[in-house]
Amino acid sequence: MNYDPIMLLDAYRRMRAIREFEERMRREVQAGTVPGFVHLYCGEEAIAVGACMHLQDTDYIGSTHRGHGHCIAKGCDIEGLLLEIYCKQGGLCNGKGGSMHMADLNKGMLGANAIVGGAPPIAIGAALTAQVLGNRGVALAFIGDGASNQGTVFESMNMAAVHKLPMIFMYENNGYAEFSGASWHLGGGDITRRAAGFGMPAVKVDGTDFFAVYDAMAEAVRRARDGEGPSSIEAVAMRWYGHFEGDMQTYRKKGEVDELRKTSDPLIKFEERATRDFGLDVEELREIDEELREIIDEAVDVAKAAPKPSAPDLYTDVYGSY
Amino acid sequence: MPQKNIRDAINETLKLEMRRDPRVVVIGEDVVGGLGGSSGVEEAAGGTFGVTAGLAAEFGRRRVIDTPITESAIIGMAGGAALTGLRPVAELMFIDFIGVCFDQILNQIAKFRYMFGGKARVPVVIRTMTGAGLGTGPQHSQSLYNMLANVPGIKVVLPSNAYDAKGLLTTAIRDDDPVIFCENKAMYLDACEVPDESYSIPFGQAAITREGSDVTVVALSRMVTLANQVADKLAGEGIRVEVVDPRTISPLDTATILGSVRKTGRLVAVDECNPVCSFASELVSLAACEAYGALRSAPVKVTAPHTPVPAAPDLEQYYVPSLAKIEEAIRSTVGASGSTVRKVG
Repeated sequence: MNYDPIMLLDAYRRMRAIREFEERMRREVQAGTVPGFVHLYCGEEAIAVGACMHLQDTDYIGSTHRGHGHCIAKGCDIEGLLLEIYCKQGGLCNGKGGSMHMADLNKGMLGANAIVGGAPPIAIGAALTAQVLGNRGVALAFIGDGASNQGTVFESMNMAAVHKLPMIFMYENNGYAEFSGASWHLGGGDITRRAAGFGMPAVKVDGTDFFAVYDAMAEAVRRARDGEGPSSIEAVAMRWYGHFEGDMQTYRKKGEVDELRKTSDPLIKFEERATRDFGLDVEELREIDEELREIIDEAVDVAKAAPKPSAPDLYTDVYGSY
Repeated sequence: MPQKNIRDAINETLKLEMRRDPRVVVIGEDVVGGLGGSSGVEEAAGGTFGVTAGLAAEFGRRRVIDTPITESAIIGMAGGAALTGLRPVAELMFIDFIGVCFDQILNQIAKFRYMFGGKARVPVVIRTMTGAGLGTGPQHSQSLYNMLANVPGIKVVLPSNAYDAKGLLTTAIRDDDPVIFCENKAMYLDACEVPDESYSIPFGQAAITREGSDVTVVALSRMVTLANQVADKLAGEGIRVEVVDPRTISPLDTATILGSVRKTGRLVAVDECNPVCSFASELVSLAACEAYGALRSAPVKVTAPHTPVPAAPDLEQYYVPSLAKIEEAIRSTVGASGSTVRKVG
């Protein structure tokens, strides 16, 4: 496949933004500045970005509780996200969603979702809208290996198959469902074989390899836009951090994450191939790194200093009219 | 004016709204009916009770979306479609089936607007059948609307006649918030005068179906019919019963209910829910908290008992609030004989 260098630079920028964002969030959680539960996406950046590089603002994604990376990959504003995570005025959801419920419909982001398996039924609804309106739009649901066991996911795959919806089921197999390993919690042991059982093309790729995710998505998106129905992609990429920040991860063997950082860092793998095979300039990547660090530093400062919602805000936006 | 039953009034409303707005779609199990059957006859059913008959023929299967038996996917898909520009009317065949899709109502659809900071519109209607009386047993006969009225973000509608069914469903489909539209399955063939043209009835406006000054009966759905019958009977004895039909329980027209209670000083709440945390309980709470000084006797609840709905018709008749129980409750508030009205204070 040919890769446009401008697309590749954009992809790098989004992956690096996710990494910087999440590492900063990790430090902020440890410092006690962030309210609520936070679930980090480090190690899985290539999945969100490999998928979203194929999508427009008019295409929709459904996300998970581990949704920061999906939001950034789909083009949500960094400052808006941070304001939301800090539950401040001006956040993407005016502070009423927080980390686990962030949405930006103008960017086709249907919401992080704190109910595991909650998003796929909603995402097939976005696919239905595209089908009814005939606008060649596509919807995608990110689904963790844990969520893959939920009935809502099976129901959504079946509905998408029956109605040939323009839908992509993007499984993020990050090795663990909360504290339980995928080798134990997946009956049959294979998400891809399950998805194939619904009669849709189902492929498994290395989720730390941007190019592998991107290539698989190209075909899935083509099928969806051409009215050929749903597809499934299982992208395997172990998460680096706990289920939530503060998780002691006693269920993981010592050194597992150190090894992942060395052997399967999606950013390092991307940089090696993109500079070697497609002419990206290392200096330019370092400039992007620096630029993103500054953007995120500034946005965190803005978020921390921003005004909190006021008491009357509690009562607004329950209904359009009542 | 033509007489129409509730089934036909709902069918007509769906057609009128689908003609009016191409974004209105119908989603549900067997809403076409007969797909994939050996007869090859599509639209063999048009819904369990024929409520959606003829829709697929007129609007096509792209807008009349028959589904597998898959309630979470139906409700979630309708919610997602509403978020992204359609105005779906989803069918949850029996409200009892809410057990297998409640997350999509409770945690998703009801909360989108709020948790997305007011930036989402969720114009979805969920039509669903409620009520006992047809011998359909514990899992097809419940009246669970009280549970839904407890959830912020959704509206709950309970039409008690064909005229209201049409006007309220029109409002529901044009509303930008999620609406649960409860159709009592024992009332589909109940008819009254219904205009052919489209009209809407606002939410949060109760109807006073019988005027009276001695006792207020607030009744929901099919219980309104029973309450009216009792009111007519007692009128012959000089007991003037006012029957209030809230029509929507979320939002609730508290002003009309309290106005009536303040006038009569007495409340009988008739509700097919189970009694604990029933909607009748909410009505009694409303009267106690907001009209305490006007009460001349203790409010009375007439509800189903704290049991599942039995399948046996002989038991079911004791389960559902009856004419006799409603009459007894009314008499208890106005004095045992019912011949004289106690005036207190």
